Amino acid sequence: MKRSRKLSLRTQKSLLGLVFTLPFIVGFGAFLAWPFIQSVIFSLSKLTIVPTGYVLDFVGLDNYRHALLVDPKFRQVFAETVVTMAARIPVILIFSFFAANLLNQKFPGRTLARVIFFLPVVMSAEIVLKMQQADYMQQAMSLSESGLIPLSVLRESLVSLKLPLVFVNFIFEAINQVPVIIRSSGIQILIFLAALQSISPSLYEAADMEGATAWESFWKITFPLISPLMLVNVVYTIVDSFTAPDNLLLGLIQETAWAGAGFGVSTAMSWFYFTVIILILLVTGFFVGKGVHYET
Amino acid sequence: MRLSKLQQGLWHVVRFGLIVGIGFIILYPLLRQISFALMHPDDLYDLTVNWIPRQFAKINFQVAWEMLDYSKALVNTLGVTLLLSTLELAATMIIGYGFARWRYPGSNLVFALVVLSIIIPPQMVMVPLFLNFRYFNLFGLLPEPGVNLIGSFWPMVLMSLTGTAKRSGLFIFITRNFFRGMSTSLEEAAYVDGAGHLKTFFRIMLPNATPIAMIVFLFSFVWYWNDLFYTDLFLQGRNLLQIGLLRINSQFNYPWANKAVEGTYIQLVNNAGMLLYILPVLLLYAFLQRYFIESIEKTGLVG
Repeated sequence: MKRSRKLSLRTQKSLLGLVFTLPFIVGFGAFLAWPFIQSVIFSLSKLTIVPTGYVLDFVGLDNYRHALLVDPKFRQVFAETVVTMAARIPVILIFSFFAANLLNQKFPGRTLARVIFFLPVVMSAEIVLKMQQADYMQQAMSLSESGLIPLSVLRESLVSLKLPLVFVNFIFEAINQVPVIIRSSGIQILIFLAALQSISPSLYEAADMEGATAWESFWKITFPLISPLMLVNVVYTIVDSFTAPDNLLLGLIQETAWAGAGFGVSTAMSWFYFTVIILILLVTGFFVGKGVHYET
Repeated sequence: MRLSKLQQGLWHVVRFGLIVGIGFIILYPLLRQISFALMHPDDLYDLTVNWIPRQFAKINFQVAWEMLDYSKALVNTLGVTLLLSTLELAATMIIGYGFARWRYPGSNLVFALVVLSIIIPPQMVMVPLFLNFRYFNLFGLLPEPGVNLIGSFWPMVLMSLTGTAKRSGLFIFITRNFFRGMSTSLEEAAYVDGAGHLKTFFRIMLPNATPIAMIVFLFSFVWYWNDLFYTDLFLQGRNLLQIGLLRINSQFNYPWANKAVEGTYIQLVNNAGMLLYILPVLLLYAFLQRYFIESIEKTGLVG
């Protein structure tokens, strides 16, 4: 205590801030930054386990070449994953915004509806999702086959109407994604809901008095006021989709590390993936950020 | 909103349909699990049985219970999850408070690193982290081969203590927002009364931050409970529910490799096992859903 009294208030405050955040600085260095740098090194090396640890031999870009040109699955899984995830993001955002608007209205059983809509966040145990993927019985009895939605009949009739096959396939792919999209919207719905609740009702009343229609007050009041949280949701959705447990590419990366071409190729693959994620984050963040309306 | 009575009535019907439909899609896997878990193996071959078993059977639960070593595994999983989420709570509260109240040269940069830690997929650092903990040398302080920490709780304890575990960054972000929203007058009053910074934090600020602490703790608990990535990476071979399920699943993933009946039957056991695993979290959610649903409003994320 005696020494700290000699320090100026400013240094004292800086020191306190440093002390409180020190655990993170240490942890970030040890468990994120250093492994991150190591992953660059690993991706450029051949890693062999020896009794006393592991040895690295520099191989240049061989691992990247292996991932791209030699690995039989990587290119296909990579393209599929990126396309699926990127296509999912806008749909999740639109759906969660729509659902939040629904849940913000007054109707009997609203609390129960909110409880159910948010349930996927709690229920998304990785092992359960994994097992459901592998569970051929669940798959066989999935929504489309259970007879609840006679998809195969629908599909045949659409094809017999001579609609282009690409179009039909797209529609059915979208329908297949519906459960996934609904189940990965929990947090986003909550964020939008909180944003909607924070808008003062007097704004709508004033607009109504001035003769604005519901459509106009939606675009002129609701949308600008929730746009800052749109950005938050965009970032959250991108990160969440790209690290989702049902992500095939992450599965492949893990498989390659432990049971495939080895650690080097696996880290090279994850570097390809990370670059794409960062690019998508930057591009969407830039465009969404430009559209955000900040109150001054 | 000037809609006629008819329009309004129509909208109510459509809205009801939408909500029930979406709710059904969300509940579908859970209902399916319950239905399968209660089925007797004979029901599988009974074409008249789709959802409701002809004979309710306990047998799947009994088998799953034994295969998982449920009572022991439950206590273990509960213990690990509680330990880790408590540590994560403590760490993120302290770090968040530090970011909210004091600035030092570079503190903005460090906070940017917190945000960065949210977006780095853990798979990026999986291999180096695993090897670092496998040959842990405390940053070069321990002799050459280092200590093998894989299989012990240390990797996850260290990561949650330093706010670098899965989604810790998110929690730091939230707690910082919350503390920033709290008025400084309370602290100033405490300082005037002669309390030190630490005392003020623990005696004044923490009790006032119970709502946010509850949110962080609950989410942390649920996410650790649901975690497989870190658990499988660091705690292989431990008697935990996730690991147990993984073991059963990998054994019987290819039912055609076993006798047909056993292969099909194990799927029923799988479903019972999954239910046993998610039951504690479902119960927690049933009782405390209010905290989950009102969480975002309390985080200070929304103006």
